[in-house]
This record gives sequence, structure tokens and C-alpha cells, in this order.
Amino acid sequence: MEHGVCICVCISTSCHTCKSYKSARTQKQMRKSSSIRPLQTRPVSLTLKIVPFRLAHGTTTLGFIFQGGVIAAADTRASAGGLVACPAVHKITPIHSHLVVTSSGSGADCMLWERILIREIRLYQLRHGHRLSIRATAKLLSSMLHPFKGTEMCVALTLCGWDNGPKLIYVCSDGARLQGDVFSVGSGSPYAYGVLDRELRWSLSKGEAISLAREAVFRATHRDAYSGNNVDLFHITAQGWSQRKREDLKEEYYRDKEKKGKKKNDKLK
Amino acid sequence: MLFTCMFQHFGDPGKMKDYHYTGPVEHKFSPYAFNGGTVLAVAGEDFAIVASDTRLSEGYSIHSRDSPKCYKLTDTTVLGCSGFHGDCLTLTKIIDARLKMYKHSNNKTMTSGAIAAMLSTILYSRRFFPYYVYNIIGGLDEEGKGAVYSFDPVGSYQRDTYKAGGSASAMLQPLLDNQIGFKNMEGVEHVPLTKDKAVQLVKDVFISAAERDVYTGDALRICVITKEGINEETIPLRKD
Repeated sequence: MEHGVCICVCISTSCHTCKSYKSARTQKQMRKSSSIRPLQTRPVSLTLKIVPFRLAHGTTTLGFIFQGGVIAAADTRASAGGLVACPAVHKITPIHSHLVVTSSGSGADCMLWERILIREIRLYQLRHGHRLSIRATAKLLSSMLHPFKGTEMCVALTLCGWDNGPKLIYVCSDGARLQGDVFSVGSGSPYAYGVLDRELRWSLSKGEAISLAREAVFRATHRDAYSGNNVDLFHITAQGWSQRKREDLKEEYYRDKEKKGKKKNDKLK
Repeated sequence: MLFTCMFQHFGDPGKMKDYHYTGPVEHKFSPYAFNGGTVLAVAGEDFAIVASDTRLSEGYSIHSRDSPKCYKLTDTTVLGCSGFHGDCLTLTKIIDARLKMYKHSNNKTMTSGAIAAMLSTILYSRRFFPYYVYNIIGGLDEEGKGAVYSFDPVGSYQRDTYKAGGSASAMLQPLLDNQIGFKNMEGVEHVPLTKDKAVQLVKDVFISAAERDVYTGDALRICVITKEGINEETIPLRKD
């Protein structure tokens, strides 16, 4: 399942995601004309067939670990089909003092599952007197999402936190639960990975890591239509999470253009 | 509910299919219909405005010219919902019932923020057979400042300063971004929005929407929410 790409519930001819659905429809028409009605091989979700509107989708989020902790960054655009439903969404949500989660996929699903996760973590803390580890949180979330596997619920969360060291775990509603050093999720993730893979290493300083994350999100928003507007950045250390002020990428684009213009002029000289 | 062709909104010939052969057409019962209408909400320093047109349409017909889409929930909160009228009616019934239940068990009226959170869970409870409604809540928060909460059909919500929803939302939202948010303009002074200026802006914006969107028109219902209460006003729009 592609995350961050419009799971288009419309059946317009231009949407490539629906091509498989449309070809299934024509096959069904052809089968109807013959006398034998074969069983439907792939169940198509009921909601996808009925609803005439699109849900909020589309994103670039990333997280990576380095010697100074964990960095989580995301854009702030929520798109519903071709419309920007909201240009200032919070895609990174703090769960507790040492854990933030970046969300990607359907806006409503992510919002609700973050709320559920906050509630469950808090309840565990009250009942057992200590905080649940990041790995256990990921397992808990994954098992809560399991009953909805196969439905068109689309949730892809990256848990970025600190417990005895920086941790980064990716959990998604397909059932994946992966620990790693760098994750980028969403329709803009290929562009973000390209920028990250170039410079990322364990020994980055805090300033370098922040500027790398910013750069990755900026480049992804530039190339991906479904990502854009601002960049949110969180830094998690042993002391907890801290949020950098939300930055409008429009200014960054003009600064970058100016820099490139200057470089070109320098080359010509 | 009419037997609606599944391809209703995506360039099919509509009534013309009786006169032209368009190939095999699959008819299927759809539980949804699109009844049109636009809703808008603006939050100011100490006021909030919720406005909607009053046209109820379906396909090429107008069912009613006097069907406003603003629903008064409490003394400080108004809900605007557009989309499928059947789901709007049921949703407002459910919200009214929940408000009464809250009032009886907690002995106080629900605040705007609490109503927004409750609406989000009500909408998400129908995640796999959604309410086809675009909701916008406008009201005053606990501090008396204006608050606008906008929703998508499955319950994702956000607090905003202004939001347009419904059929003409894509036309109105950029205009609001420019006039209220001062976006995409260089060298302008950001003056705070007064109540009278906001009401005038809302009227102008709906007149523009009625010009360009077929599902918007007939009349405009504006609800202005201040700490004194809710003041309703109806202004005529184009009826064609």
C-alpha cells in the first residue's frame, strides 16, 4: 500500500491509482455477458466503491538517529485529491515527554490512533508505575492496528523516542513494525531519502542534523505535489523532546534560488 | 433516494443519455446524494461568524430555497454542515442528544472545543460508512475568543481562524486566505479583523460564490456569535 499518495476513492479517468479498479470493472462487465458468473477473486472495500469524496492524504515525514538523539521532521500539507484541505496540519505529535510520533496516511485515522496511543501509554504508566519502552509501545500499537488490516484504514506512524538511547520504529496499518536508523514515509519520501542518504552519519552535530532534516523536507516538498507549505522539526534527547519553530518553506525557496543565482554568476566570472 | 448512476459526478451525459447511445451503463444504488451548499466560518478576537447559503439541490433540481445549513448547538456554538442533507439531519440530531446528555450528567454546557472533539469521535465511529458531511464549527472558546474548527467527513479536525466548506469551498478558501490571512500579498499591513468588516466580507464572498457555483445561491444566512448571544441575519442571493 502506498502511503501519502491519494487513495483516490473517485473513479475519474485521470487517477492512476484507480486503474486497477477500472480494469476490474470492465472485466466484470465482460464476464456478465457470458453465462457463467465466477467468484470475485479480490474483495474490493465497500467504502471505496460507495463514497464520492476523497479523504485527506499526502505527506513527507522523516526521522533519523544520530549521536545527539533523534530528529523528526515533517511537512504540514494535508491534501484531499487535488485540493489542499489544510496547509497547516501538525503531523508530529508528542505522546509523552520522550516520545513523538510522525504520522502519514489518512489524516483522520492518524489523529485518532495518536489519541488512542496517548491514552494507552498514560494508562499503562498509571497502572504499572513506569513508562512503557519504545519497542513495547510499537508492539502495542501494532497489535491494536491488527484488527483493521485489510480495511482501507491507512496509518503509517514513525515512533521517535528515547529510552536508554535513541530509538526509531516504524509501525504501519499493513502490519509492519520495523526498528531502524532512518525512516522517511509518505509520497515525498523518495526525494527525502535521496537527500538524507548523502549526508547522514552518526557523528553529525545537532546543527548539522537539523539543517539536514530541513533540507530533506524542503527538497521533497519542492518535487512532490502532495507535500508542502511549512516544515515542523522535533529533536528528542535524554532530556525529552524540544520543538523548533515552524518554518515557512516559501522563504527558503527564494533564499535557495538567490544562492543558486549567485553561484551561477560566480561561475561565469 | 433516487437510483443514482455511479458515475453521476464525473462527466456523464446526465439527462442526455435518453437521447444518445453512450454504451453500457451500470446502474447501482448509492446511499449518498450530493445536496450542495456552502458553509463558511470566521473567527475574530471576540466574535465568530458562521454563514451558509440556503439552497438545497440535487442534480439539476432545486428542492428548497430556504434550507439553511447553520445549526445552533449552544449559546456560544453554531455548526455549519453541507454535503448530503440526510446525513446532516441525522448528525445534528445525534449531536443535540449528546449535548443534552452532557448537560444532564455534568450540569454544564459543552464548550466549543469539547463539541469539536466529540464530533470528531462521532464521525470516526462511522469510518467505514462515513457521514457525507463537511462540518465547520464556529463559536467562542472558554476565554471568549473566536474559534473555528473544520472537519473532514471522517473526523480529522483542526482549529482555524477561517474556513470554507461545501461545494464552493475551493473558490472561497483562496479568497479568505488572501483577505483574512493576508497571504500571497507583499507589503500590506496586517490589521485585525473587526466584526463589521468580517460580516461585509462574508456577504461579498458569498455573492461571488453564487455567481460561479451552481449549487450556491438563493439566500445567505449569517450567524454572528458574540458574548451577548447569537444574532441571525438573512440576505438574498441570486436565485438562478
